[in-house]
Order: sequence, then structure tokens, then C-alpha cells
Amino acid sequence: MKPTDISHPEYFHKVVDCQYACPAHTPVPEYIRMIAAGKYDDAYMVNWKSNVFPGILGRTCDRPCEPACRRGRVEEGNVELRKPVAPGEHGIPHAEPVAICRLKRVAADNKGKDSVAARMPKAPTKKNGKRIACIGAGPASLTVARDLAPLGYHVSVFESDQKGGGFMRTQVPRFRLPEEVIDEEVDYILNIGNIELKSGKTIDSLKSILAENFDAVFVGTGAPRGRDLEAPGRKEAAANIHIGIDWLSSVSFGHITKIGKKVIVLGGGNTAMDCCRSSKRLGGEEVKVIVRSGYEEMKASPWEKEDAVDEGIPIMNFMVPKAFIHKDGKLTGMTFDKVKAEYDAKGRRNLVPTGEPEQLVECDDVLVAIGQENAFPWIERDIGLDWDKWGMPVVDQVTMQSTNPKVFFGGDAAFGPKNIIWAVAHGHDAAVSIDKFCQGENLHERPDPMTNLISQKMGIHEWSYDNDISDQLRNKVPWKDKKITLKDIKVEVELGFDPLSGFAEAQRCLNCDVQTVFSEKLCIECDACVDICPMDCITFTPNAEEAELRTQLSAPTPHAKTQDLYISETLKMTGRIMAKDEDVCLHCGLCAERCPTGAWDMQKYLIEMTHAGPGCHKSKAPQKQAA
Amino acid sequence: MTYIAKPKLHHPALTKNSVGYTRRDYEGKISTLCAGCGHDSISAAIVQACWELDIQPHRVAKLSGIGCSSKTPDYFLGNSHGFNSVHGRMPSVLTGANLANRELIYMGVSGDGDSASIGIGQFAHAMRRGINMVYIVENNGVYGLTKGQFSATADKGSKSKRGIVNSDEPLDMIGMALLLGATYVARSFSGDKKQLVPLIKGAMEHKGAAFIDVVSPCVAFNNHAGSTKSYEYVRQHNEAVNRLDFIEEREEITADYAPGEVINLTQHDGSVMRLRKLSEDHDPTNRIKTMNYVQEHAAKGEVVTGLLYIDPSAVDMHEHLNTVATPLNQLTAKELCPGSKALDRINASLR
Repeated sequence: MKPTDISHPEYFHKVVDCQYACPAHTPVPEYIRMIAAGKYDDAYMVNWKSNVFPGILGRTCDRPCEPACRRGRVEEGNVELRKPVAPGEHGIPHAEPVAICRLKRVAADNKGKDSVAARMPKAPTKKNGKRIACIGAGPASLTVARDLAPLGYHVSVFESDQKGGGFMRTQVPRFRLPEEVIDEEVDYILNIGNIELKSGKTIDSLKSILAENFDAVFVGTGAPRGRDLEAPGRKEAAANIHIGIDWLSSVSFGHITKIGKKVIVLGGGNTAMDCCRSSKRLGGEEVKVIVRSGYEEMKASPWEKEDAVDEGIPIMNFMVPKAFIHKDGKLTGMTFDKVKAEYDAKGRRNLVPTGEPEQLVECDDVLVAIGQENAFPWIERDIGLDWDKWGMPVVDQVTMQSTNPKVFFGGDAAFGPKNIIWAVAHGHDAAVSIDKFCQGENLHERPDPMTNLISQKMGIHEWSYDNDISDQLRNKVPWKDKKITLKDIKVEVELGFDPLSGFAEAQRCLNCDVQTVFSEKLCIECDACVDICPMDCITFTPNAEEAELRTQLSAPTPHAKTQDLYISETLKMTGRIMAKDEDVCLHCGLCAERCPTGAWDMQKYLIEMTHAGPGCHKSKAPQKQAA
Repeated sequence: MTYIAKPKLHHPALTKNSVGYTRRDYEGKISTLCAGCGHDSISAAIVQACWELDIQPHRVAKLSGIGCSSKTPDYFLGNSHGFNSVHGRMPSVLTGANLANRELIYMGVSGDGDSASIGIGQFAHAMRRGINMVYIVENNGVYGLTKGQFSATADKGSKSKRGIVNSDEPLDMIGMALLLGATYVARSFSGDKKQLVPLIKGAMEHKGAAFIDVVSPCVAFNNHAGSTKSYEYVRQHNEAVNRLDFIEEREEITADYAPGEVINLTQHDGSVMRLRKLSEDHDPTNRIKTMNYVQEHAAKGEVVTGLLYIDPSAVDMHEHLNTVATPLNQLTAKELCPGSKALDRINASLR
């Protein structure tokens, strides 16, 4: 294999599994260390810069970081680990990632509101004269506004509701995300200045917006239409059949405060989980979730499924809705066909009837949460904007620009329903594009992210980070008493980590951003690093092609989706190479501590994504010279 | 030294041996030796050998004297018996322990100072008596603990870190072990675990006095140009005579070897030790020729490594002394005081 090029920004970024998996690439270990140090303001600001809504995301994020987290891999096969400190934990301990998402909330809960507010950017007094329109005040639009306002842009945000927040305010139930948190984080953005929230008015024509001569328009209107279920009896029983996301927003605004005693929620996604848990709080005594697929294949995040089950809501799988049953114009139940999963030769799943008789499930109300769709009835088709065959706008994956150069898309409006953190990531990318567009620059010439690699050595065996690896299992976030939470939809269920359990959880982080950097010129091949490595990551071996080299490792990885091998130049003494499997490295730094020559060093790799700003602009001077 | 304990977390694919332990279970405390010390590699090799041999840690007694090398038993086999004895006196304590309980596996760990200077007499007599043990000398040619004076094994003409040339003749531990009757004599290098681990395994299975001289560079005081015990020098001058693939009794020999390439040595318990020859003119079963061979190559400046000599039919001190099969420490008053009639019989036989 060729020696690894560690100067490539991608190489060490990949080693930081959590940050690499995050759509916004939040520097996770960096802020977790700050939480452990009690520097909550700093931790909050690192988050805020990258993902804009730390308090909201710390409660609701889809957390792609956690399935990626290395901690989940390295705890495998280590059952002798210490039991968690949280009381009431039973069962066989199993490998789990760091509770990254809930640690974000620790920063948000414990920061000083005033001190953080004082650190927020302010719009400059001198404007740049450019006007931007953002349609919808959800996470994507607010991110664009936040990135552009401090640069001197004037941003008008159009929102049909009274307040900003979009999906976060209308569809996420209050028992998961209190209103104050949304208000606070939306206000941080609006208070930057130069952002005008035009609320309470629905935009019904993009043409009219374009006619207002904005320099650019950003569309962040989400995926506002819930999919309906066409089945016999749908029309007759319509009074008791509700579309999930519409029902959730009615609940959110207080228009709906009650539901029948027996409720069926159709669908297996996160919206279905919010619907069933909300129903339980509004008078639903027998709430059931009924899903076509099996439990494992449900789209909802595992923890959201677990939370619903924990609240006593049964999830019934492999049942396909057949008909709504009604009597005298009133819904009385639904019938279902039972199916089973069969896989064809290509591994594709087919749901085939089991042949059992149809099953009747009685109910008073049905909530349909079987998916969301995009809807753009308000965008004219003659404004130079191309559409694909699924009715979605044609949008550049990198620049977020549509075929009308002035119009940009982001969030669920761009590529269909995703989640908040993706919307934020789109917002950042769109802001870079809009900024460059307004400066008359090529949108595709985007600067690389900022990277920094610096030694963490403080003394002979002292590092600037805590390299003593915690052997604690994942801490559980405490819940408020169910007797209270199941009665009041506005009472938040999760209490969040307190500073002590937050510290304990933060210590589980392996500091994967503190990289093991190898200098072959200094190596004397004494084997000290090989001997000390607790995870057997390091091997000195003759070079070979990757497939063969992997078989020569001290401990080949059992994981299918592996990290890269870190390969050194040929070593001068024996002609071998150093091969380090990054897969289960603990970043404990013992290789560097036991290295007599400093050939191994622990260096912190900080990568910050490109955000809109002067750094993205081409220097004008060289251009003139070239011309 | 490292301040933190080695993390308990281990590789997810780490396997257990037939007695239910992972390799990590054979480790000891974290080393307090200098970073890069060859001794730590030897500790790791001992850990690997014991794990591969499915040895139950409580069946091992590790003994040592004084010095950097003699600290190391704290860093491996944390669940075994241990005795950190007086300087140079490890062989006596080991001999006594072996006499008292012949059932344990004895591992003596010593250094060039502990064995070649203050303990040279003890070393000699332990070899002579053929005690069933593994005697490892972690040989760095320097007194590391007292800041780098030449030890008795430092080669004549080699240079100290301060530039002083050694004018004394070195003490040849291999040559002495051969002369004094050790029945398993090997030399290896701390930086070559592929060679060292099988040699330790072979020594542990050998019934008799097994001696391994392991060149183990001192990174702090003897790893410079002019040293003959540095990583670089040993790598450049290492002449391996053979590779030992220790095999169990039931294991079938399937690999193909050219004629004369392999020597199969049947041990007296029936197991077979397989040696892959790397040097044509070396016969590891001939003691006299081995002595010449090692001296000739040493004169050329080569460090000969591998299994240099073995007597597969060796016997140990207990056979020489004709002791009972039951360990002496398990004999009760009944066996030890057979009564006045037995005494009368003995007395009568002496009249």
C-alpha cells in the first residue's frame, strides 16, 4: 500500500467518526471536552457556530453521529466493564455510543444565557446593499439568515405562522421540545439584526417575490404535506381520520386538546411516534401503532421507538391497512391484512399475505403518519425553474442552486424529507453560494474547510486532554415521573443530564480528534507501541496490498465497514512499514507515551466547515493582475 | 513512566485460549521502565507465550533479583506467584522453590548485572544442577539503573554513551551456560518477537535448565552509535541459525520442507519440537560444535541467535536427586516421620 497522505483534510476527518457522520460536521469531541471542563458557554458556542440550534438539537436531533461513534465499537466484547451509575439499570450491558446528542443539551442547559447572548455576532452598521429573501422560517432558512446577516446582507424571512421555527415549532411535540427553547434559539438569530421576520402571511407566488428584486431567494419551506391513506371508508369516516403532521401542528397550537379513547396510529416513522405519544397525553387510553413492516425495519429512530414502548404503547407489525370501518357516519375500527416478509434472490423484501383472516382493530380515531411529501403549488412553472419527474425542483447537490440562478433551495424542500441537522447543513452551503453569487463569483469554486493539526503534548507524559479512558457504560438520561408527563402534553419528559452525570458521560468520549501521528524518520522499531496498545491497533510488517496487509495485522477488525489503515513510509532499519488500523483506536496516547523517540505524537485535528464570509471570496487583486 | 493504567478495554475480536483467558489476562501492571526499553518487549513476549501455551497463571512462579530487568515480573503475569529476591540471588531462591514444589513452572528473570556480575556464582550452579526452569537474561550490556556504566557483558571495544571505549573482555553467558550443562540454550533479540516467543515456549516445555540470553537494548544509556547492544547494531549483525516452530504432540506436520531443512526433536514426553534450519553448518544437538560455532561467529562480529543447543532427552535436578514425585511441600508428618520402626530399619541397614 502507498503511505497515507495525512495532509489530506479527509483522512483524519474520517477518523473522527461522529464529526464525519454529522451533516453539519460539528466538532463533537471538541465541545464534549468543554462540557467535561465545565465550560458550557464555550461548548454551546462551538455547537452554535456549526449547528445553529444546540438546545433544540440536543433534544430532537436524529443524531447520525451516535451510530457512527467509535465508543459503540470498542465496548464490544468487553462485558466486564463497570455498570453505569444511573439507578434502575438492569440487563446485560451492551456496547453503546457516547450520548452525544444529550450532551449537547447539557451545554445548552448550563450555559449562561446572557454571557452567550453577548458572544453572538451582530449585523454590521455598514450594510452591503444586498437583499435576500428566505421563504419559510424553519431551520434551513434561519441558518441562511444567521450566516448572511453578520456579513451585511439584509434578510427578509417570510413565514406563514406567527413565530419562527417551522417544523421544530409546529410538529415536534412540546413534551420533547419546550417552547422556551425554540423561542430562545430563534431569537439568537433574529437578534443579530438586519433580519426581518415577515410572519403571519402565506406566500402564494414565487414570481411576486422575485418581482421584489431580491438579490437572491432561498426556499426553505419544508415538506409540508402529510401523505393520506386511500382505503374504503376514508370519506365516510373522515371526521375521525387525521393526517399526522397536520394533527400535530393543531395540537401544538392548542387547536386540538382531546382525542378518542381508542387510537390507531398508522406508520412507523418518527412522526408516528410523536403522534402516539401525543395521543396518550390527550385522553387516548388504548393507543396502538400499526405498521406494515417489521419492528426493525421501521423508519423511526430506535430510541424514539423505545420511548413509545416505554410509555406503554404497543407497536403491531406486519399489518397492512385494508379498510376503515364505520357505523352511522362514525369510525369504529380498521381492518388489516396480516403479512410476512419474504426476501427474493436479490435480497429485496416483499410483504406477502400470510393467509390469516383479516384482523379488526377497534378505534375512535386514526392518525395517518405514513410519510410526508413536498408541495410547491405556490411556485409558478414559468420562471426558469426546472422540475424532475417526481415534482421536485432540480437543485445542485453542492451549491443548492436551482436552474433559476437567483433561487436556492435547502432543507426538506430541496431533496425531500430529512431532518433538522440536514436542513442546517443545507443552509450553510446555500449561504456560501448566495454570498458568492451576490459577489459575482463562481459558486463551484468553494474553499476547503479550515483544518488544524497541533501537538497536545504538555509534559513528558502529560497531554492537554484527559487520556485516562473511562470504563463506564452509557449513562441514561433521567425521565420525569410518568404520572405527571402522561397527563400534561406540555411537560418535558426528559430531565437532561445534571452536571455530574453529564461529566461522567462526557468522559466516555474517546477524543477521536486527538490523532496518533507517526513520524517514520524518528522510529527505531523498538515495538514499545505495539506492546502497549490496548486495542492491538499497531503492526510492523512487510508491505503488501491492502487485502493481504489486513490479514497480517496484529488484530484484524471484525467490523465490515472499517476505518482506513494508516500506512507509514518504509522504515529504514528493517524495510518494514508501520500499519495502524484506525478502527478501534482508543486515542489513549499510550503509543506516544511509550515511544522513546517521539515518533508517535498526539495531535488535535480540528476541522471547521466552510461557512459564508470573506474567507470564501476570491482575492480581487490577483484577478486584476491576471487580467 | 506512564501515569495512567492501561485501559481495560480490549480489541473486540480478542480470543480466549483453552483455559479461558485472553492474552490481556496475562498482563501485569503498567511498566515503569523507560519508554522503548527492550525489557518491555520481552515481557510482552512472555505474555504471548504463556497465552499460547494455555498456561494457567497460578501454575507459574516468576522470580527475579535486582535491576531494571528484575523489575519486569511486575509487568507480566499479574496473577502468578512472584518473588523479587536479593541482588544476584534469584537462582538460589528459585532452586529452593523448585525443590519445595516441583509442580510449578519456574521462570527466572534477570539481567546482565544481576546474573553476570553479582550473581555469576549463583547462575553457574543453577545451570550445573539442571534445575527445571526458564532462565531469561535481559541483556543490555549496561548498568541502566546507575546511569550507564559498562556491565560485564559489554563487548570489548564498544563505546559508552559518554564516548569511553570498553577495554574489558565480555562475559559470554551463552558460552558459560553451554559449559555448565544447560540443556536448552538460546539467544534472541527483544525486537524480534517472531523468534523470541517460540523460544520462550520451547524453554517452558523443556524439562531441564533452559537459558535464554535476550539482547535487549537500553534506550536511555546504550542505544547510540558505537554500542553493540543497540537496536540498529543488533538488527544489522543478527545471524539467526534457525526458526523454532514448537509443536504439540498431536499436531500433524503438514508443511513441505526441503530435505535437511528441518530438524524434528522428540522430547522425552513424546512431543516434537520442530526446528527450521537457517544455517547449514550448525547442529543444535551438538554441544561442543555449538560452542565453537558461537565463538567463531562472535569473532566475526555477528550476534548468533536462535535455538543454539538442545538436549531433548535432558533430565532435571529432581531426577538427579531421585526425589519423590509428590512435591516436598505437600508431604505430611505421616510421610516425613514414618515412625520408630522405620528408623530402626534404617539404622540397621547402616550397621
